[in-house]
Amino acid sequence: MRIGIPTESRAGERLVAATPKTVGQLVDLGYEVVVQRGAGDAATFRAEAYEVAGATVGDAADVWSSDVVAKVHPPTETEVAALSPGATLVAMLAPAAAPALVESLHARGVTALALDAVPRISRAQALDVLSTMSNVAGYRAVVEAAEVYGGMFTGQVTAAGKTPPARVFVIGAGVAGLAAIGAAGSMGARVRAFDVRPEVGEQIESMGATFVQAEAAQQAVSSDGYASALTEEQERLTAQMYAAETADADIVITTALVRGQAPTTITAAMVAGMRPGSVIVDLAASGGGNCELTVPGQVVVSDNDVTVIGYTDLTSRMPQHTSQLFGTNIVHLMQLLTPGKDGQLVLDLDDPVQRGMAVTHDGDLLWPPPPVQVSAAPAAVAGPTSEERAQAEAAALADKNRRRQRRSVILALLAVVVLLGISFAPAAFLGHFTVFVLAVIVGYYVISNVSHSLHTPLMAQTNAISGIILVGALLQIGDDSWLVTVLAVVAAAVASINVFGGFLVANRMIRMFRKDA
Amino acid sequence: MLTSLAQAVYLGAAILFILSLAGLSKQETARRGNLAGMVGMALALAATVALALERSERPVEVTAVLILVVFLVGSTVGTWQARRVEMTQMPELIAILHSFVGLAAVLVGYNSFLTEPADPAHLVEVFLGVLIGAVTFTGSIVAFLKLSTRISSAPLMLPGRNWLNLGMVVVSGGLMVWFLGTGAVLPLLLMTVVALLLGWHLVASIGGGDMPVVVSMLNSYSGWAAAAAGFMLSNDLLIVTGALVGSSGAILSYLMCTAMNRSFISVILGGYGAEGGTVVASDVDLGEFHEIKAPEAAELLTEARTVIITPGYGMAVAKAQYPVAELVAKLRARGIEVRFGVHPVAGRLPGHMNVLLAEARVPYDIVLEMDEINGDLAETDVVLVIGANDTVNPAALDDPSSPIAGMPVLEVWKAARVIVFKRSMATGYAGVQNPLFFRDNTSMLFGDAKDQVEHIMLAL
Repeated sequence: MRIGIPTESRAGERLVAATPKTVGQLVDLGYEVVVQRGAGDAATFRAEAYEVAGATVGDAADVWSSDVVAKVHPPTETEVAALSPGATLVAMLAPAAAPALVESLHARGVTALALDAVPRISRAQALDVLSTMSNVAGYRAVVEAAEVYGGMFTGQVTAAGKTPPARVFVIGAGVAGLAAIGAAGSMGARVRAFDVRPEVGEQIESMGATFVQAEAAQQAVSSDGYASALTEEQERLTAQMYAAETADADIVITTALVRGQAPTTITAAMVAGMRPGSVIVDLAASGGGNCELTVPGQVVVSDNDVTVIGYTDLTSRMPQHTSQLFGTNIVHLMQLLTPGKDGQLVLDLDDPVQRGMAVTHDGDLLWPPPPVQVSAAPAAVAGPTSEERAQAEAAALADKNRRRQRRSVILALLAVVVLLGISFAPAAFLGHFTVFVLAVIVGYYVISNVSHSLHTPLMAQTNAISGIILVGALLQIGDDSWLVTVLAVVAAAVASINVFGGFLVANRMIRMFRKDA
Repeated sequence: MLTSLAQAVYLGAAILFILSLAGLSKQETARRGNLAGMVGMALALAATVALALERSERPVEVTAVLILVVFLVGSTVGTWQARRVEMTQMPELIAILHSFVGLAAVLVGYNSFLTEPADPAHLVEVFLGVLIGAVTFTGSIVAFLKLSTRISSAPLMLPGRNWLNLGMVVVSGGLMVWFLGTGAVLPLLLMTVVALLLGWHLVASIGGGDMPVVVSMLNSYSGWAAAAAGFMLSNDLLIVTGALVGSSGAILSYLMCTAMNRSFISVILGGYGAEGGTVVASDVDLGEFHEIKAPEAAELLTEARTVIITPGYGMAVAKAQYPVAELVAKLRARGIEVRFGVHPVAGRLPGHMNVLLAEARVPYDIVLEMDEINGDLAETDVVLVIGANDTVNPAALDDPSSPIAGMPVLEVWKAARVIVFKRSMATGYAGVQNPLFFRDNTSMLFGDAKDQVEHIMLAL
């Protein structure tokens, strides 16, 4: 089958759905690939490079008549008309928001797979373009903010005085938020972040940011990995916290998208409370924006000189890597759809991932898909309250004490038994017993210091010296009974194997250890 | 006079043995320690040979020849073994050497019974010496057979095996009473048979993954056997040396048990789930694992700044230590910080991984212990898990119902990326599924560890 990669028709779009590298992977799957002339130009992927990777370069008609067409953005009406019936279209279709497009694809009789409708289950992550795009957007948001912000991100101490690190506040720790935290942190900023889902606190901290605690404002663990809307009381508390945090921040990056909708997180009043020169990057601008001042696609400056960046094309501002990641998502999808690796696309609607993405197929309208209930977070175990925990701890402590007491009693009893036993033992035994006990104690202290890495040579060495039993056997060899002599010779022989073998092998091992030169 | 001189030499030898073990505490002094042991042994043996010749009850020449034969046999076989053995076979060698001490203890015990007057204290010493020796002997032989895969390393699960062990101990106790009462040889012989069975059964019931504990335990027993021989022969050198070895083995067993968060008793009494039969694999769907190929793994490695490798028994099985060492050298030459994190029970012998890596000329100062490296894992770019499973299982910390719950593990999942070298998705020794494999930052690299490491090197 043939996969067509068209030039994106949206104005100013620099992304492309396949790079030379991913084309090679598609060819490996058994597909023919045709790339529209100029499709990769804006992302600096040349036509020659595609050809080297095994694609043919053609015009729009070649591409749109392919069996499979893979692109980034939803097709226009004319593009839909250019698809051949029965063909497969792979793109971000936003089927929930664009019923007209879904209808026209349905009418055209094509199989449409929405890349932005991949169910949030871990197996499907490799083809989740939303994660890809969010990741890039989060990174780019920091870059945009850094360009506008009038200071350095990292704190410096120089001969000319010192500058504090930039304070970055990230709202929403989804993929984009975490990417922003990572990028800002690696530039040296001090990052604080908030998310309504308490379970992401650990992720925020693992990225090196401080998780802003607002217990009452946080909600229960989400069942599907997405955040849901807040109650009124939660909203009031959250707004208070936002006001405090934004006033304190130099850069605010807001990424709150609740199922495609952008709730208002930063009111005009909060912006007014921010310091002049601060920057807000609104990653939810495409959904209307989290900030009341956001103008999607524009940069606006408030009355108090706070810059509000509402770019909606952040991903397209880094076309090389975005296209590469996006293209790899498509490769992963095609791997899923090509079980035979023979260039034959097979759609399996029993697979929840493929079912979730399928919008139309074989003349059937498949949107919306049945919900997939897989939690992105491990189901929260009802945590014990602090009281219960304290009780459990106290119980454990009591238990431990009891056990310690019992052990002391047993030890004392043992000591008495041993003492009694000794007092009946002959005097010669006592001397030996003293030596024995002292040697055990010496052994304990000596061995406790042995480095873990030398335990094997230690065992070989102890093997060798336990061959000291040879001493006993040697003294018995000279006995006048032949039985004793034979037994003694056998004992001495095996013990001497121990002595020689043990020392030599310990030596061999010890000599292998060498220090880093 | 000679006896007193010999005693003085024995004292010197005992001190040298203590210094020898003390020297083994650090790499820098380990060679000196090894040498001290050899010198001590040579002194002790020289004094003993002199004593033996002096006390010989038959012509001195005969005794001398016999002793010469003993040393010839010992040095030939011992040297040959020490030269030939591969580092991966070290556990087997150690195990078989333990069995030799056990056998020698049994024989010396019988001789002591035959030659010396039968006062009660001596009889007790003989009886215990033979008992410990016999258990050590068969136990070590079974351990040897299991470690060298001549028999299956799966635990032998006889019904009521704990009662069986207890029964044998009780029978031995009864035989001891009989033996003390009569001083006859029959109860001693019967007890030897029982003890041989006990040693065999004890180790046969323990699975391959618990071998580090078993081998250390047998190490300890071989020491106690030597000490018991010292008591019956009234020889302080044997007592001191036996006690040193015995406590050494005991400490090693204890360390191994702590590293597995299991009590010594539970290890000795058999494999996991001893009470409820086999461990039922949990049905929880852990999701999908991600596969990775060698070239992609190579790419991840070249982009990394810090890499930690956690080897396990699988590396020894695949004999992958040489290619791994080469890979490490290559990565380090590129300025990538590479270190090893070794779990105390990785492999089949305490410190087994360290020896394998040393053999492949990996500098020991980049081979760190679990406790030293766990804190750094969160800042690590890539972790390579080569042939380890239970020792990197997050369930040990997260899942209180897991059979390995509470076992300290290498927290590899905290690293940015984890690449797991594995033959298949089979479970590790404990029979528990490993949620690590299904984490988003984990990639599985299937196939023989050695081949895969070589493929990665080609792709570098």
